[in-house]
Amino acid sequence: MAKHIQVKDLDIYYDEFLAVQGVSMTIEPRSVTALIGPSGCGKSTFLRSLNRMHELVPKARVEGQVAINGRDIYGSNVDPVDVRSEIGMVFQRPNPFPTMSIYENVAAGIRLNNVRMKRSELDDLVERSLRSANLWNEVKDRLHRPGGGISGGQQQRLCIARAIAVDPAVLLMDEPCSALDPISTQAIEDLINDLKPDYTIVIVTHNMQQAARVSDTTGFFNLADVGQPGQLIEMDTTAKIFSAPREQATEDYITGRFG
Amino acid sequence: MPLSETPSAVARPRLRAGDRVFAGLSTGAGLLILFVLAGVAAFLLVEAWPALTAPPEEVPGGRGVALYVWPLLFGTALSAVFALLIAAPLAVTIALFVTYYAPRALAQGLGYLIDLLAAVPSIIYGLWGFTVLAPATVGPSGWLADNLGFIPLFAGPVSATGRTMLVAILVLAVMILPIITAVVREAFRQVPRLHEEAARALGATQWEMLRMAVLPFGRSAIIGASMLGLGRALGETMAVTIVLSVSGGVTVNLISSGNPSTIAADIALQFPESTGLAVNTLIASGLVLFAVTFAVNMAARTVINRRSEFSGAN
Repeated sequence: MAKHIQVKDLDIYYDEFLAVQGVSMTIEPRSVTALIGPSGCGKSTFLRSLNRMHELVPKARVEGQVAINGRDIYGSNVDPVDVRSEIGMVFQRPNPFPTMSIYENVAAGIRLNNVRMKRSELDDLVERSLRSANLWNEVKDRLHRPGGGISGGQQQRLCIARAIAVDPAVLLMDEPCSALDPISTQAIEDLINDLKPDYTIVIVTHNMQQAARVSDTTGFFNLADVGQPGQLIEMDTTAKIFSAPREQATEDYITGRFG
Repeated sequence: MPLSETPSAVARPRLRAGDRVFAGLSTGAGLLILFVLAGVAAFLLVEAWPALTAPPEEVPGGRGVALYVWPLLFGTALSAVFALLIAAPLAVTIALFVTYYAPRALAQGLGYLIDLLAAVPSIIYGLWGFTVLAPATVGPSGWLADNLGFIPLFAGPVSATGRTMLVAILVLAVMILPIITAVVREAFRQVPRLHEEAARALGATQWEMLRMAVLPFGRSAIIGASMLGLGRALGETMAVTIVLSVSGGVTVNLISSGNPSTIAADIALQFPESTGLAVNTLIASGLVLFAVTFAVNMAARTVINRRSEFSGAN
C-alpha cells in the first residue's frame, strides 16, 4: 500500500559534520520522485534517512521529522527495525545474497518478519514478486540456483523482487542503474513505471535523462561549497524542473554547466 | 608497431626468461609438496609393515596391532572431537564479537591477543594444564559426578589428581581456539558491506543480519578453520603427554582416572624405550593418525565443495 511521506526541517549529521541541512519536502503516494544533484550533495544520505539506514553508520544521526502517513519514523517509540521492514530499498550495486537461491532471496524478507506461511502460499508470493519485477520468465526454471549466478541486470531485478515481496509502503532506490548496461537499465525503468500505481517510489539518480524519463517530481540537491552541507535547492514537477526551473543553480546543473 | 602486423608473435607468445624461471620455481614448489607427502606415506607404510604382518602375540600388548592402536585411536578422536566441539562455537562467537560488536580499539587489541595465543608453545599449555587447570577441575568434577553422573561422560569416580581426559580436552580446546578464531575472523571481515546492508534494509536486527548475511558467507571458512583446529588437536603431543594420566581403558568417562591415551602422546611416551617390533608398532599407530587426519581433511573439502556454488565466492 503506497504511503505519503512528509519531511520537515531535516538535518543529517555524520558525527559533528552536518551533511544535509534543512530539507523539507512532500512525497505523494503512487508517484515516482527523483532526487538529482552533483556527487557529494547528500542525496543518497537523505534517501538513507528515509528508512533509518543512515544511523547504522557509527555516530551518524538525524534531527527533524520524517512522517510516513502522518507517523514520525524518528519518534521515540519507533523501532528502526520496523521502519526498515516497511520500506523497501534497492542499492547502487545489485546485492542478492550469494549464499541463497533465487527463491530464498525473494523469501528472505518474509522469513525475517516471521510470517507463518504455507509452502504453496510462499511459492505463490515468490512467483508474484518475481513477475512484478519482470524476472519470472527468465528465472522460473532455476529458482533454486544461486542468487549470484544471474546477470547484473537480473540480479538488480531480483533485489527489487526481494524488496517488494514484503509489500512495502515505500520503495527507495539508490542509483539502481548505475552499475547496469543500457538494456538492463531500460528494463529497470520499465519496471519502475509498472510499479508506480502501487508504491511510493523515491529514486536517486546521477542520470538526468533517467530522472526525466521515470519521475513525476524531481528534487535538486546542491551544496554551496566543499565542506558545506547539501541542501534541497528546488523541488517541482519533473516537467517544470527540466523546462523552466526557478533557480539558476538548477538550470546550470540540468543543462550540464556543472556537476 | 600494431600487433596485427606481427601475426607470428600473436600466434606463438614467447615466454620471457623471468616468466619461465618463475613458472619453473612455482611448479617445483608444488611438486615438492607431493613428494614430501608421498615420502612420509611411504616411510610410514614400510616401517609399519613388520608390525602389521607380525604374529599378534609378538606385538606389544600381545593382541596384535589393531587392538594396540584401537584404544589410542579412541582417545585421540575423543579428545580432539570434544575439544573442537568446545572451541569451534566459542571461536565463531569471539570472531563475531571482534568484527561486529567490539569497539574498534578493543577489537584491535583482542585481535593481537588472539594471534599471540596462537604463538604460545604447546609445552607451556601442557604445564599450565598440569599445574593449574588439573587441580582446579577436581572440585567441579565432583559436582558433575554428583549431579550429572547419569550422563556417561561424567560417571566418575572422580580422579584425585585431576589429570583427566576432561582437562586434556580443555587444554586442547584452548590451544586450537586462536587458530580457528583468526581464520574465521578474517572471513567475517571479508563479508561485503553490501550484503550486510541488504539484510538491514529488509528489517533485520543485528543478530538476524549476522545469521542471514555473515554466517552463511563465512560457512566454508568456519569448516576449514575447524578442520585446521581438529588436525592440530589430533596430532597434539606435548600438552596431552604432560596433562593426561593414562591407564589405557576405552571409556567415554571424562573425569575418572581411567583414561585412554592418544596416539601422539603414546608415541612420545613409548618411543625412547622401544626397540625392534615395538618401534614398528608405534609407527603403525602413526600411520593410522596420518590416515585419520587425511580422511578428515578430505571430508571437509567434500562438504565445502558440495555447496561451493552458494559460497559467495563467485
